[in-house]
Amino acid sequence: MDAMIASILALDGLTNGAIYALLALATVLVFAVTRVIFIPQGEFVAFGALTLALLQTGQVPGTVWFLLVLTAAVVLQDLIGGLRRRQPMARLARQALRTMAWPVGMSALAWWVAPMNLPLLAQAALTVALVTPFGALLYRLAYESLADASVLVLLIVSVGVHFALLGLGLFFFGAEGFRNPPFWDVRFSFGAITLSGQTLIIFAASIGLIIGLWLFFERSLTGKALRATAVNRLGARLMGISSSSAGRLSFTMAAFIGALSGLLIGPTTTVFYDSGFLIGLKGFVAAVFAGLASYPLALVGALGVGLLESFGSFWSSPYKEVIVFSAILPILLWRSLRDPHSEEH
Amino acid sequence: MNLLKKTLAAAAALLATTAFADINIGVTLSLTGPASGLGIPVGNQFKLFPKEIAGEKINLIVLDDASDPGKGVTNARRFVTEDKVDIVFGGSITVVSAAIAPIALDNKTPQLSIAPVGVPPAQEPWIFRLPQGFAVMAHPIIEHMKKTGIKTLGFLGYTDAYGELWLKQMTKDLEGTGIQLVAAERFARTDTSATPQALKLVSARPDAILVVASGSGAAMPHRALIERGYAGKIYQTHAAATPDLVRIGGKDVEGSFVVSGPAVVASQLPDSHPSKAAAVDFVTQYEARFGQGTVSQFAGHAYDAQIVMEKVLPVALKQAKPGTPEFRAALRDAIENMGRTIFSHGVMNWTKDDHWGYTKETGVLLKVEGGKFVVVQ
Repeated sequence: MDAMIASILALDGLTNGAIYALLALATVLVFAVTRVIFIPQGEFVAFGALTLALLQTGQVPGTVWFLLVLTAAVVLQDLIGGLRRRQPMARLARQALRTMAWPVGMSALAWWVAPMNLPLLAQAALTVALVTPFGALLYRLAYESLADASVLVLLIVSVGVHFALLGLGLFFFGAEGFRNPPFWDVRFSFGAITLSGQTLIIFAASIGLIIGLWLFFERSLTGKALRATAVNRLGARLMGISSSSAGRLSFTMAAFIGALSGLLIGPTTTVFYDSGFLIGLKGFVAAVFAGLASYPLALVGALGVGLLESFGSFWSSPYKEVIVFSAILPILLWRSLRDPHSEEH
Repeated sequence: MNLLKKTLAAAAALLATTAFADINIGVTLSLTGPASGLGIPVGNQFKLFPKEIAGEKINLIVLDDASDPGKGVTNARRFVTEDKVDIVFGGSITVVSAAIAPIALDNKTPQLSIAPVGVPPAQEPWIFRLPQGFAVMAHPIIEHMKKTGIKTLGFLGYTDAYGELWLKQMTKDLEGTGIQLVAAERFARTDTSATPQALKLVSARPDAILVVASGSGAAMPHRALIERGYAGKIYQTHAAATPDLVRIGGKDVEGSFVVSGPAVVASQLPDSHPSKAAAVDFVTQYEARFGQGTVSQFAGHAYDAQIVMEKVLPVALKQAKPGTPEFRAALRDAIENMGRTIFSHGVMNWTKDDHWGYTKETGVLLKVEGGKFVVVQ
């Protein structure tokens, strides 16, 4: 291996690492606020990429039906819960309308503009608008009523949600893969290294999002409320912070980050309905590296995973995944020796 | 009372017809479940199966195994105990075929598998496969490489069984051809990047690279090779011979070579290809019944099952009566000795030692030209 190959590999690794970093941040965020180890995080990536791909072909993406079904399920759940608690009908109706407004509105919009072949950026914005509501809806459907359950129960629920989303993904998107056109189709050559416009966009978007998240948590009241919930749920609740709206918000942000990652990765590889899981899992490895607690460490971990993967596939491609996922073992060992804590039941 | 009498009479009539010298064929297919995409076209083709061959009535008993080997076994047991079938067709997926092979052996009933399947040597005498093996598909690729003066080959394939079987086949078949396998890299369908593998392959500078992947998954590694400036020949396997390769690969897959069975490119086959007539006949009949552009390679195997029966039934009927163990044995021997036979999927020549049987004339090499598959003459 010479310096040229090493630099191409490093670039490839960092590009993928930047995507893993976004997913790792989302995983840390969701875990810190709700204690949910959110395995289906990667599914949003696949949904984002596939939704844009289908919009590109001028079809109404399956996401629309998926979103409507999910919304209907949540509304039904709210209605049944509300009737049981004998809440007034007017309040229930208002609640249902609030739940439905965004998903139904966006679905109608997608239905209307899908055949129009809008510019790529408009379709990308529509994609994010369609995938983001999945976060809060999933949280309300699967996790909210279990908010006080143990981490283990929430983890098992996550596994269930993952399989459900995978099967539904196959149903709504089909088995074939798609590749999106790049957002910026240029190439810059520096000697042997070619930097594509898409690579630059991935870096810019990742850095932008990380700064945005930092500002959100440091400067905004909502961000501080999320942090408070992360530090101490009970204490935050006593201070008047609703833990369920904190949960919804964190899941919405996770879905937004997932959809964005899907848009970023769509032009660099072929995305299938089940591609998201492995991508999300690598983000999860990075998050574990950060002890599911520290955002900067998660970033470092993600870039490390990306580099390890890229050099691993160069040295020994049949064992690439083995290398990446085995790397988690010494990290787990190191973490459990460094900050031992009692088992939670 | 009257109704009961009528029912009994009808049942008796039914028993009488099946008890006579009709030929019973048990067919188990995955018409539902995850593999139904492969099974349904086969089931469609069996709807076109002749009602009579060699003057004998044919009873085709088609059952659904729901892509489940357990269900396939139940179906197969029903075939041998209740229906007393003379031959079994199926399953349409490998796991079902493998599961019913022991039953075919126990009851000494020949089995025509519609999926490629390897079985223990003891079961080998009673099972015959309709699809092509890897050796047959590797042949046209290697021949083309020899003809165009390729000396070194790189391999970029799935980490799963499909990639592994191809790698083994190529390693074996390249021996003695003077072509050297200089690098073998692997990737997974859901990988986010194949750049490192492409980098390593390109730096080994092979004259040609074989990409082993399926459908839309075959385009990503192909594009990675082109992006890393690879200018040699790129070959793709028969699992990639779908429109998805071109849809995802675009101009990057232009000029690459793809191997395929002859049935799906029937109209394009050169007149010199032995399967031309059979393949065209199959496609015309299928599309006349089920609509333009609906044809798939799997339906072709069902068409070939009909060719087998038309050839072997007259031979077996001379030796024994249908419904007897002697007839099943005669049928098996006739299949084994039927000799060179033209299928829609190639040229079949089953022998005592080879129950895969396709000859080297079978595979067809296609080239991607202007976004279409064109047969390489």
